[in-house]
Amino acid sequence: MTYNFDFAAVLAYWPLLLEGIWTTLRLTLFCTVFGILLGGACAVVRTGGPTWARWIVSLYVEFIRNTPLLVQCYFLIFGIASMGIRLPILVGATIALTVNIGAYTTEIVRAGIESIHRGQLEAATCLGLSRTQTYLHVIIRPALERVYPALSSQYVLLMLASSIVSSVGVEELFGISNRIQSETYRNFEIFVVLGGIYLGLAILVRGGFALLGLAMFPRRRKLGTPL
Amino acid sequence: MSPIVELKDVRKSFGELEVLKGVTFEVNRGEVAAIIGQSGSGKSTALRCMDRLETIQGGSMLICGHELHDDDIDLKSLRRDVGIVFQSYNLFPHLTVAENIMLAPRMVKGMKQRQAREIADTVIAKVGLREKMDCYPEQLSGGQQQRVAIARSLAMEPKLMLFDEVTSALDPQLTGEVLRVMEQLAADGMTMILVTHEMAFARKVADRVIYMRDGKVHEMGSSDILRMPATPELAAFVAESAEH
Amino acid sequence: MNSAYILSLLQGLWATVVLSLLTFLFGGIAGFIVALARISRNWAISRGAAAYIEIMQGLPLLVLMGLCFYGPSILGYDSLSPLTAATFALTLYSSAYLGEIWRGCIQAVAKPQWEAAECLGLTRWQRMRAVILPQALRIAIPPTVGFLVQIVKNTSIASLVVGYAELSYNAKIINNATFEPFLYFGIAALMYFAICYPLSVQSRALERKLNVANR
Ligand SMILES: Nc1ncnc2c1ncn2[C@@H]1O[C@H](COP(=O)(O)OP(=O)(O)OP(=O)(O)O)[C@@H](O)[C@H]1O
Ligand SMILES: [Mg+2]
Repeated sequence: MTYNFDFAAVLAYWPLLLEGIWTTLRLTLFCTVFGILLGGACAVVRTGGPTWARWIVSLYVEFIRNTPLLVQCYFLIFGIASMGIRLPILVGATIALTVNIGAYTTEIVRAGIESIHRGQLEAATCLGLSRTQTYLHVIIRPALERVYPALSSQYVLLMLASSIVSSVGVEELFGISNRIQSETYRNFEIFVVLGGIYLGLAILVRGGFALLGLAMFPRRRKLGTPL
Repeated sequence: MSPIVELKDVRKSFGELEVLKGVTFEVNRGEVAAIIGQSGSGKSTALRCMDRLETIQGGSMLICGHELHDDDIDLKSLRRDVGIVFQSYNLFPHLTVAENIMLAPRMVKGMKQRQAREIADTVIAKVGLREKMDCYPEQLSGGQQQRVAIARSLAMEPKLMLFDEVTSALDPQLTGEVLRVMEQLAADGMTMILVTHEMAFARKVADRVIYMRDGKVHEMGSSDILRMPATPELAAFVAESAEH
Repeated sequence: MNSAYILSLLQGLWATVVLSLLTFLFGGIAGFIVALARISRNWAISRGAAAYIEIMQGLPLLVLMGLCFYGPSILGYDSLSPLTAATFALTLYSSAYLGEIWRGCIQAVAKPQWEAAECLGLTRWQRMRAVILPQALRIAIPPTVGFLVQIVKNTSIASLVVGYAELSYNAKIINNATFEPFLYFGIAALMYFAICYPLSVQSRALERKLNVANR
């Protein structure tokens, strides 16, 4: 049996694919911003907050990291809906993905914070910097610089994993391809095309993070060595 | 001349361990005091108490007009008046030399970038590292990093500088360049208290030598006491140091 | 709460365990080959392995599932069962990550040990088997146990494209009938947690022990 590949039939839907790419990228961007804010805040609490707050953060981190994203999405998105709260599906997906990536971010940033030497804090204290100033300029900034490579990889994985929210009805790249599937029946070709696009997106997101890193961390730009 | 540093019967314990057992001494404005003594005698602890990195449990301590025993002490203003430099330079590795120096003037004193930069230019010249302004700490030698750490403290225009064995981590060649900077500071009239193992340096620049032993001031006087110690313990300590 | 539903969840849990074990078995074998290929002195082989890793790490698992599900029938084979397709996809996916983890472990040991073993006059493969691998195995265990957690979590994706009826699939079916998402997805999450959390803890404990031993 010979199979006639028909990629043209799939590629004819390029406006739809573009729309999906755009949604995937937007979703990734929002979750990156919120995820870093959430994860950064949790990491600060986890390393310097009161005991009860550390506990809550640990619980959150452990629970998210030891359950599948898919079940988290079902739980949150269907759960919110079952309470009678009507959220646009893209908002729900952003919440679910942010809650997920926030936990991973917390762990990564926490490791960065803990790698900052105590002498650094003492130096900042002696210079008269306040607690907040010390956190911002002497702890968080170098911690982020140190864990930036790990963070970037995690967020590339987030972009790829965002395909999972198609299962709750988000028409991002993967979800929108279901429509093409039902109209063309070119299942295999669709997955090949999707694979190619996702590979491209992974390179794009990785490149984006690399550029952002150069902009944010002048030391790395000038010396090129890890902190 | 009024004392700028006044310790009276200062006591400090870590848990069960009493480290300072009633330390009393004074340092006047413009004076250089050298604290010497065996390892574990409480020199660092005394110094750290003066910048309130540790709190004291007994006695009183007056530093640049701040009574350190007060609970509502204005820490920000104390740390403006007091600069401290440690054996480990603790420069911020993600900032350039200039940024290291300008951080506190901008954050604590709320200076504008330009004003802070002027101060940075002044203090970096004092430590002789003008050409290194845009380097990162890892690009500097240990001696250069320590000089930057001194400059960073000076940028806050302190009234009192504390040094805790600032040359202990350095090779002999690099030690010299840091000591020269400190000597110049002393000549410029800065009030300084330094914990040091460099007896020759103490003899040369110190107006006052404080020999600590077992959490107390055992002997104190002008640098002459290093040549003619009154107590046998100091005599032994000086002899021992000379061997090394 | 209905006992039939709980039974269905437990069946799903069993299916999850089966798929995880199959994945670890085949993914482990394939991952070992990938790791060896990656450190091969043959340029083409090591570049090939690197490209393979790169591609697998740049694809969503969902897409890989689709390719493995629909691909074989195009090549003229019968279409795969959901379990086979899911195992196939997860094996490809895991082999890339495990290969990369193990390559790191082998190289961490190899650098200092290589020359010592060279002095003994062993061939490259002998050195690898007698000296390098036993030591690499030791440091490979904590991250490998950690990756088991990823495998278990990733099996949930098999419920989507290929429709393998594991835990999250059954939970979804139950939710469609009961509309009690917090309850049933909550229980499903707890079941995943019951498997994954001990593995995570174990991985960290092993890691710590190793760090202490190396000091
Ligand atoms: N944070 C602390 N907690 C508990 N004990 C401490 C602490 N800091 C210092 N000590 C103890 O206090 C004593 C005095 O320490 P200190 O560092 O002041 O000595 P030192 O005279 O500076 O010695 P060195 O010459 O070795 O620097 C030591 O026995 C030390 O173990
Ligand atoms: Mg000391």
